[in-house]
Amino acid sequence: MIHDVAIIGSGPAGYTAAIYAARAELKPIMFEGYEYGGSLMNTTDVENFPGFQDGIMGPDLMMQMRGQAERFGTDMRMELVDRVELDGPVKKIHVGDEVHEARTVILATGAAPRLLGVPGEDELMGRGVSSCATCDGFFFKGQEIAVIGGGDSAMEEATFLTKFADKVTVVHRREEFRASAIMLERAKANDKIEWATNKTVDHVIESEGKVGGIMLRDTITGELSELPVAAMFVAIGHDPRSGFLDGQVQLKEGGYVDVSEPSTATSVPGVFACGDLVDDHYQQAVTAAGSGCRAAIDAEHYLAAL
Amino acid sequence: MSNVIEVTQSNFREVVIDADKPVIVDFWAEWCGPCKKLSPVLDELSEELGDSVTVAKVNVDEERTLGAMFQVMSIPAVMFFKDGEKVDEFIGVRPRSHIMAKLEPLM
Repeated sequence: MIHDVAIIGSGPAGYTAAIYAARAELKPIMFEGYEYGGSLMNTTDVENFPGFQDGIMGPDLMMQMRGQAERFGTDMRMELVDRVELDGPVKKIHVGDEVHEARTVILATGAAPRLLGVPGEDELMGRGVSSCATCDGFFFKGQEIAVIGGGDSAMEEATFLTKFADKVTVVHRREEFRASAIMLERAKANDKIEWATNKTVDHVIESEGKVGGIMLRDTITGELSELPVAAMFVAIGHDPRSGFLDGQVQLKEGGYVDVSEPSTATSVPGVFACGDLVDDHYQQAVTAAGSGCRAAIDAEHYLAAL
Repeated sequence: MSNVIEVTQSNFREVVIDADKPVIVDFWAEWCGPCKKLSPVLDELSEELGDSVTVAKVNVDEERTLGAMFQVMSIPAVMFFKDGEKVDEFIGVRPRSHIMAKLEPLM
């Protein structure tokens, strides 16, 4: 069986594409990955998604989107796509030993949290190293924590973590912050938050199988200093999940998929991309959903012209 | 109805340590988004495997001591027990095939 539309990815972009494609009776098949729902599954209150006057929890919002996509007949697969073959009129999607065929593919795999890449980080992941404050903050009640980063997500995580931790130190490699004024002010006003600027993480210090501290390096003097913390939360941005495409569609700087705006068409006919996978600038749930809608409509027009 | 057992500090010994078959223990919490994805996978597994394995869940919000005892610092955390000892574990959501691969050598 050749599907009309295959959607890879399950955040706001993927689900919105599924809702539109399913309502257009294109019977989309969707590969959600193991951890469906995208980045919003790891957030708490979403206060800026229109239609929810009092805000909504990230996971609840995603479950709603998922349910809506399912209601109109999307074939959901909680599977991870290994690789794709995108050239020609029929695209192939490899999932384990299975191969699925589709006339159009909508890429919506989003972006993954970036890590520091320093010694000890990978080894202690889940043992004090984390990229998800809402998931893991709870386990560090009454302890001291470091948050690495200088953007909005670092400020949000630091502020959130003060609910649990006695002290949160924000470690940032520069003096200035990229975070928006409102987020920075909120964090600066919090007396549980301390600041270590012009510092990078040299390595994570292990103690009895878990994080015992982090070694900081001063970016000006080069001096090393130890910060004793029980956890390190990394919030230094995201990288688009475009690696599995293996260079088959044109990418732009930073690995984002290049599309011919305002359409979602990639460099390969019949392949469309949306959400954070293409967006290196706005990266909002609502903009992702909007581009998912465009991708489904673009796919529909492409199919109609075949 | 699923036969997943809710584990507390008081029945941990009986359900997990003294069990005569492999036990999968899922540490979870209400506020954990990823846990909600893993949970149905384990429910399904429990249903299918029936009596050959015990699937147990620990709510870390209520069972702080159990969480601390096993150094849980990230959830979902899943631990495999056999003959009263922890023999394997993983953190995060994993597909059914991954869980089965870890379970098979214990059966």
